[in-house]
Amino acid sequence: MSLAEPPIAKAPTIPQRAPSLETIGMTKVFGSLVALDDVSIKVAAGSFHALLGENGAGKSTLVKCVMGFHLPDRGALRLDDEEIEVKNPRDAQARGVGMVYQHFTLVPSLTAAENLVVSRADAPAVIDWRREKKALEAFLERMPFRVPLNRPVSSLAAGEKQKLEILKLLYLNQRFLILDEPTSVLTPSEADEILGLLKAMAHRGEITVAMITHKFREVEAFCDEVSVLRRGKKVGGGKVGALSTRDMARMMIGDAAIRQSAARVKAPKSGRALEIAGLTVANDEGRDAVAGFDLQVRAGEIVGVAGVSGNGQSQLVEALSGQRPIKTGQILVHDQNFEPTRDNFDRFKVFGLPEEPLKNAAVPIMSVAENMAFRSFDKPPIASLGWWLNPAPMRAKSRELIKRYNVKTPSTETPIRDLSGGNVQRAVLARELSGDVDVLIVANPCFGLDFASVADIRAQIIDQRNRGAGVLLVSEDLDEILELSDRIAVMSGGKIAYVTDAAGADRTTIGRRMAGH
Amino acid sequence: MNTPLAIVLIAMLGGAIRVSTPFMFVAVGECLTEKSGRINLGLEGTLVLGAMVAYAGSYRTGSPWLGVLLAGLAGSCLGAMHGVICKLPRVNDVAVGIAMMLFGTGVAFFFGKPYIQPTAPRLVSIPLGAWSDNADLGSALNVNPLFFVGVLAALALGWALRNTRWGLIVRTVGDSAAAARAIGISVDLVRFLTTTAGGFLAGIGGAFLSLSYPGSWNQGLSSGQGLMAVALVIFARWSPERCVLAALLFGGAGAIGPALQSIGVTQGYYFFNAAPYILTLGIMVATSSAKRSARDIPGELAMAK
Repeated sequence: MSLAEPPIAKAPTIPQRAPSLETIGMTKVFGSLVALDDVSIKVAAGSFHALLGENGAGKSTLVKCVMGFHLPDRGALRLDDEEIEVKNPRDAQARGVGMVYQHFTLVPSLTAAENLVVSRADAPAVIDWRREKKALEAFLERMPFRVPLNRPVSSLAAGEKQKLEILKLLYLNQRFLILDEPTSVLTPSEADEILGLLKAMAHRGEITVAMITHKFREVEAFCDEVSVLRRGKKVGGGKVGALSTRDMARMMIGDAAIRQSAARVKAPKSGRALEIAGLTVANDEGRDAVAGFDLQVRAGEIVGVAGVSGNGQSQLVEALSGQRPIKTGQILVHDQNFEPTRDNFDRFKVFGLPEEPLKNAAVPIMSVAENMAFRSFDKPPIASLGWWLNPAPMRAKSRELIKRYNVKTPSTETPIRDLSGGNVQRAVLARELSGDVDVLIVANPCFGLDFASVADIRAQIIDQRNRGAGVLLVSEDLDEILELSDRIAVMSGGKIAYVTDAAGADRTTIGRRMAGH
Repeated sequence: MNTPLAIVLIAMLGGAIRVSTPFMFVAVGECLTEKSGRINLGLEGTLVLGAMVAYAGSYRTGSPWLGVLLAGLAGSCLGAMHGVICKLPRVNDVAVGIAMMLFGTGVAFFFGKPYIQPTAPRLVSIPLGAWSDNADLGSALNVNPLFFVGVLAALALGWALRNTRWGLIVRTVGDSAAAARAIGISVDLVRFLTTTAGGFLAGIGGAFLSLSYPGSWNQGLSSGQGLMAVALVIFARWSPERCVLAALLFGGAGAIGPALQSIGVTQGYYFFNAAPYILTLGIMVATSSAKRSARDIPGELAMAK
């Protein structure tokens, strides 16, 4: 008996060169939502094609239909001008169509070699590791990049994992590669390296690449053609050189009104709002993820902390929010010692918007009103005598915030987990910004949000700065940091590697520092 | 060779080998199940049912080895039930495990009533201590063949997890179900098979309880050994080879009480009987801190999330 799902009867042979792929009138409906509406896209053999669109525009649905995760309701798929049927991912793989997912699909506790061998459908029952290792070494010789074979994947850096994901597809002889936002975990230079090598392979006619992205810079630097999706429809596309960034942006967002960023004004307050001195924080494995972190944030200033994911940013924010114990070091707010406890957050007027707010700043099953009252439920007017809670003022306050911050929710009593990502973010922001703010700690505030929400939330952050708050912005999105910050700090290996004023900041220098050079 | 210390050590050696065997089978079986990302807490029930079926099988057929095989099959049935129920949506494997534990013991008590009295043929021990004229050492080294079966099973499983396609598939499923699905592995099927195989081993562990000298079948046979074995897997950090060592250590500690009694130390008998539990607790606290075990834990286990 085989542990694998029944393979298709006879594996079609995979051509040894780049194939072309075409979707014809692809349509997919989930309940009342038309996720994909009559999308026809042609990717030429040996080309590097970009799929551009906002979250929820249907890019993922489209590639999942190609890969056989979803069966399209209508539409056809043509590989090398021959119509094919793909019922599940194995069918796609057997045809040489492979995908690198946004979340890594490597097995963390297995080594790179084990990951490669287990992914092969014809792996032998008993594995002769000496022979396999020799074959893998020979395979890596022919590849543009290599990874250490004998270390568990969990110990590899994000860039190495991404390379291994791509190597896995090439190892399985996949000639049509679909990449889902492949560079979100990479430094700019790693991203450029990997995309550049793939582009070269495509132009040599070895592979065809389709990449989902929302980074215009990557599209312009590496892609040959682009297709833009919005609300499930293909709204435009063409040769990359023929379209300007503005054209692409307009296709992506349509006519939706985008809130203008508030202009920066000189803040009324000055002085040091937040000072972090020699902070050391351990991660779950007990190693120092934050190691001797020093940074100052003045009142009326946004300091952006850039860095590749996994350099201690999460642990830094968790420590500042009181979610993780501080080993050594000190946090000062307006020159006074600050211990991250609930009372102190209140007293020092420190507020925060952590990453993944549904997990870190909300109780998913509690109502919107209750979640919005986390900072005020034990104070009048909601509480009397310090313990008796009165729901009426809680709801009234929540209604007011919902209106002011434009949170889309059916009612104040809806569990907050039923709200969309952008609205959870707005609800938490409403709670945190409704009072007088001295220090604001924000982490990846716009991750996974649509354009309108992103503009809205960034405007709120600028607004707080203008009113005199010191803002610490930790983000993995370098463009966000460049747009919002007054000063930019680069975090690498748990400490600050580089600080510069935003005016005159150089993208390449920042990228090099992010990579630890 | 007859100093009290030697007597105690020899008794502990014998105890380690004897007491560790059922722990070893259950722990190795559970290790396989947990490597695939599922916990089967029902192995206590499997152990008791295995003991009953082995005894009844041996009594009915006259062959203790046939009894062992039947116990394994009975264990597989319980494991397969666990595997099938956990495939249903919104089912929690820990809760199902507790239900299966009660179910297994209940079934064993229900069908086991008629076998409390009669005497069934037992497994014959291998007299490895025959060379010595020391009677204590001789009896301590009267080793039940199932002990060696258990050690071999553990070594074979450890080897297979590293060097076979099946082993890699089990570890893949246990560490990242999403990754397994992406390469076309049926996660539910793999977990069903590992739970069934784990149940088979636990059933054989039960057979040892009733069919080794001076075994018999009664309702108080297991007293929580199946549950302790599940804890041993965590202690052994999900390595079958370490499961054997952990079981031996645990068995040796369990023999302290009776060993001391045999040289006339009766004070604190109950305290020394609790030695394995105290020892486990102590070692757990001292060595396997949450941080260390977190590195070896299969990523799909409910307690890893």
